Amino acid sequence: MNHKKEKMMQGVFFLAACISIVSVLLICIFLMANGLPAIKEIGIKNFLLGEVWRPSSNEFGILPMIVGSLYVTLGALVIGVPIGIFTAVFMAKFCPPILYKPLKSAINLMAGIPSVVYGFFGLVVLVPFVRNYIGGYGMGVLTASILLGIMILPTIVSVSESAIRAVPNHYYEGGLALGASHERSIFFVVLPAAKRGILASVILGLGRAVGETMAVIMVAGNQAILPSSLTSGVRTLTTNIVMEMGYSSGLHRQALIGTSVILFLFVLIVNIIFSLLRKED
Amino acid sequence: MKNINQRNIKQRIDSRKKDPLSMILFYMVYLAAFLSFLVIAFIVIYILIKGAPHLSKGLFALTYTTKNVSLLPALINTLLITLLTLLIAVPVGISASIYLTEYARRNNPLVAIIRVATETLSGIPSIIYGLFGALFFVKYAHFGLSLLSGAITLSIMILPLIMRTTEEALLSVPDGYREGAFALGAGKLRTIFKIVLPSAIPGIFSGIILAIGRIIGESAALIFTAGTVAEVARSVFSSSRTLAVHMYAISGEGLYLNQTYATAVVLLGLVIGINILSGFVARRLGSEMGDE
Repeated sequence: MNHKKEKMMQGVFFLAACISIVSVLLICIFLMANGLPAIKEIGIKNFLLGEVWRPSSNEFGILPMIVGSLYVTLGALVIGVPIGIFTAVFMAKFCPPILYKPLKSAINLMAGIPSVVYGFFGLVVLVPFVRNYIGGYGMGVLTASILLGIMILPTIVSVSESAIRAVPNHYYEGGLALGASHERSIFFVVLPAAKRGILASVILGLGRAVGETMAVIMVAGNQAILPSSLTSGVRTLTTNIVMEMGYSSGLHRQALIGTSVILFLFVLIVNIIFSLLRKED
Repeated sequence: MKNINQRNIKQRIDSRKKDPLSMILFYMVYLAAFLSFLVIAFIVIYILIKGAPHLSKGLFALTYTTKNVSLLPALINTLLITLLTLLIAVPVGISASIYLTEYARRNNPLVAIIRVATETLSGIPSIIYGLFGALFFVKYAHFGLSLLSGAITLSIMILPLIMRTTEEALLSVPDGYREGAFALGAGKLRTIFKIVLPSAIPGIFSGIILAIGRIIGESAALIFTAGTVAEVARSVFSSSRTLAVHMYAISGEGLYLNQTYATAVVLLGLVIGINILSGFVARRLGSEMGDE
């Protein structure tokens, strides 16, 4: 009887382990089954390269959203990556030991703050700031980029920091022994050795920026047109879904699911790059 | 290990004057770090200062009206959905990790597929979970916009997190424990439940805390699965909004700026609490393992 119980529980554990596979398959199947027919009906070229999104007259071009997602993600990386990597260097090599613990928990807290809180902060602080000092209505590419740049900081800092820490200390010491300064041996010996991990942190941040929804929706303006300048409003793939999902029906609804299929493909590519980087480590 | 030839800040800056590049890098590192920590401090302090004075009694009234904009129902819903999600995800996640660490052979191809699947799951943005939940649990499975649909959707979302932390915890249990149990005649199952799992509990617990943090902050995955009704859920099949969704909803209406600040304070307070708790567990974990 004991033997039977052992076998049964092993089966239970096995089934639980398979749930992640089943979930991924279900997500793929349900998105594709609901999204692909719409893409086919609209025409893949009209869908991906159409510049007009006007559901009321059955025009479903998501190019503005694709471009919008690319712009704000790129903007987030331009802002978040340099600051993040330098901060990671600070945490790993410059930070006074007494400050390390509080600063580390600050970074962890930053990672834990909900997107709505970031979004609200962007709405009440960044939007007026951009409107008053830079121009436009305040909601747009620049504001969304700054906010996303802030949001991906903790990811980049923590992952880069552990990549830098993983480089054996004798690299750094070797640099010093050859007469390089503290900074030079970190930036020209340690960082190149950690570049794979740092790149992984950037990819992870990129994935987060592409997928972020609620914070972007509150500061991006959400006009479904190709943005013409840094301060003009922008709609991303993610926000397109949230904006219209609630009241959409028929082909419109399917087109929104089609939007998510494109987003899903983006994210899958990012994931694959990330895991390739990890694997070769 | 103290550095013998440590120099003070002034000496360090002096020595850098001869090497402009080092000096520039030095300043950039400090500037970047300063900026990062300034931003986080600014966000937290700004929200606390703006919101704390508006934490009125009305915000914690039992029922939501457009007049009091009470957050208590949403807070209770957050608690309910957190419990329900953990109830689903924790047993599944732990069982899956047990299979991966205790049963599966290393070269089993299924293990590689499971790894790919969990990695994929952890990279999927929450809006896609939300959309999937809306298509599958709300519509296809006929759960409707409900606590249950939201909780199942979130359980899939946090599953990779639970699995990863549990696996790490199980792997860190020394093999000697298992061998000792086998030597005393315990079966595999008994060894797992009486010896391996109890020693892995702190690690599992820290994963659960991280997951709670994610559930509390989640909004995109819940809008189309659990819905936006501002009442305490009567059953697992009733639609109800959590605190994060509540905050999004009232900030969108534009009439309740002060109440939104106050709601942000409560959310932030929860997140800070979770962070302190997880730091505490991590320290306990560190001292129990006896490292460093």
